[in-house]
Amino acid sequence: MNVRPIAGVVLRQCYLIRGSPVRVLPMFAWVAIDIVLWGFITRYLDSVSAAGINFVSTLLGAVLLWDLFTRIMQGITTAFLEDVWSRNFLNLFATPLRISEYVTGLVLTSLATSTAGLITMLLLATLLFGLSYFALGVLLLPLLLVLTCFGIALGILASAMVLRLGPASEWLVWPLPALLSPFACVFYPLSVLPHWMQAVAYALPPAYVFEGMRAVLAGRAPATAPLVYAVILALAYIAAAAYGFSHVYRYAVRSGLLARYSAESVS
Amino acid sequence: MSGTRVPAGDTAVLSVQHLSKSYAQLRAVNDVSFQIARREIVGLLGPNGAGKTTIINTILGVLAPTGGVIRIGIFDVARQRAAALARANFAAVYATLPGNLTVRENLRFFGLIYSVRGLTKRIELLLEQFELTTLADTKCGVLSSGEQTRVALAKALLNAPELLLLDEPTASLDPSAAQTIRGHIRALAQQGDCGILWTSHNMYEVEEVCDRVLFLSRGKLLLQGNPQRLPHEHGVRNLEELFIRLAREPLMQRESAPR
Repeated sequence: MNVRPIAGVVLRQCYLIRGSPVRVLPMFAWVAIDIVLWGFITRYLDSVSAAGINFVSTLLGAVLLWDLFTRIMQGITTAFLEDVWSRNFLNLFATPLRISEYVTGLVLTSLATSTAGLITMLLLATLLFGLSYFALGVLLLPLLLVLTCFGIALGILASAMVLRLGPASEWLVWPLPALLSPFACVFYPLSVLPHWMQAVAYALPPAYVFEGMRAVLAGRAPATAPLVYAVILALAYIAAAAYGFSHVYRYAVRSGLLARYSAESVS
Repeated sequence: MSGTRVPAGDTAVLSVQHLSKSYAQLRAVNDVSFQIARREIVGLLGPNGAGKTTIINTILGVLAPTGGVIRIGIFDVARQRAAALARANFAAVYATLPGNLTVRENLRFFGLIYSVRGLTKRIELLLEQFELTTLADTKCGVLSSGEQTRVALAKALLNAPELLLLDEPTASLDPSAAQTIRGHIRALAQQGDCGILWTSHNMYEVEEVCDRVLFLSRGKLLLQGNPQRLPHEHGVRNLEELFIRLAREPLMQRESAPR
């Protein structure tokens, strides 16, 4: 891989963000709204529930982690859609740019924008609602790693779907995180799910993250093996998604789909 | 029909051999072969649906051929895509640059994609050459079609390509602007080491600019030659009459006719 084309993909996104407040606002606004909304809900639940349950840590912490995962996925998809919306595929893919370089550029862009969102969420949750992530200790790092990797995998997969199914399919990919959330056990333990949903949950890395988070906050020792398994599973999802994108790209080149994405009126 | 051979010792900047592209029952391109030498401008002519854009897309690697080999310099587009495309560039009327970036931002973005050395100086030179300096910080989406064409041409020259593909580059320009652009491109071919493949429906322009033309109809290469001499060799007054005759002539009749 060559660094300069990757820098080009990232720079294009920087130009777009710099030149448009409409693109800057969602990086901070939606996550801030989520934290404020859930912050007050958890504060209210803390005031009416029996002593001993800390809703701020469990629910607000879960919202923050889930938002990070969603931002990473949507960061990649949005960066990819910028090329769809500006009908830039022909200009872009008729260059020496390799697919690995393009996808790496999209991922780096998403990591940068998601980090901005994460910092906003951490500041709000800590300063306004007293959420302390130090309670999770070093466990926080693998939790963030798993969610980041799975967000990357889902973002690449969503981009492949848009490439294969056409621009209108963006409406299918936005709800993907919401579709997965019941299985990811963001707000409740995995044990409350019916067996078939548990089977699905075990195949999804976020379920291990939220189980691990709840265990630590409940004062139990963190289980290492499930988290290691979740990291491996999330990396496997990235590999599968990258293969899927590459496969769809080759199909698009073979079938003429890629050329028609830009030049519908070929002569 | 095989294209003219490039003189021995001089590497063709583009070599297309037995190129075919089929979609289910449709043969969009059927066993087309040709070459382009350095400093040569070749016109690719044909009616709508003849397969011109399909050929350009296969050369650019955004469409995989069903058969045949395409080489840019010594590099096979199918096997050494990045190395081949680093030596080529293109401008097409249907592939405008992203309208939400300024002229300078677009040139910097594509300059990085092509890994251009000394990019800042190169951008300034092209802005000056195409009279875009005053528009450098204007978003491409608000430029006139003529200005957008000049930006697309500046982008196409960023990497000083050995092969330049121009798909109707003057289609949206007024006669004066079109003449200026033709002058730029003609000078580029004469002074540099660049070979150019040019498609246009403007036969006057083709006669003025091209060293050689290739006539394509229904995916097949029918004939080729010097655009000045070709009409007289086929008993018509000019290239436009020849174009109309070839476009209306059934392919079977053309294939059975003596050459």
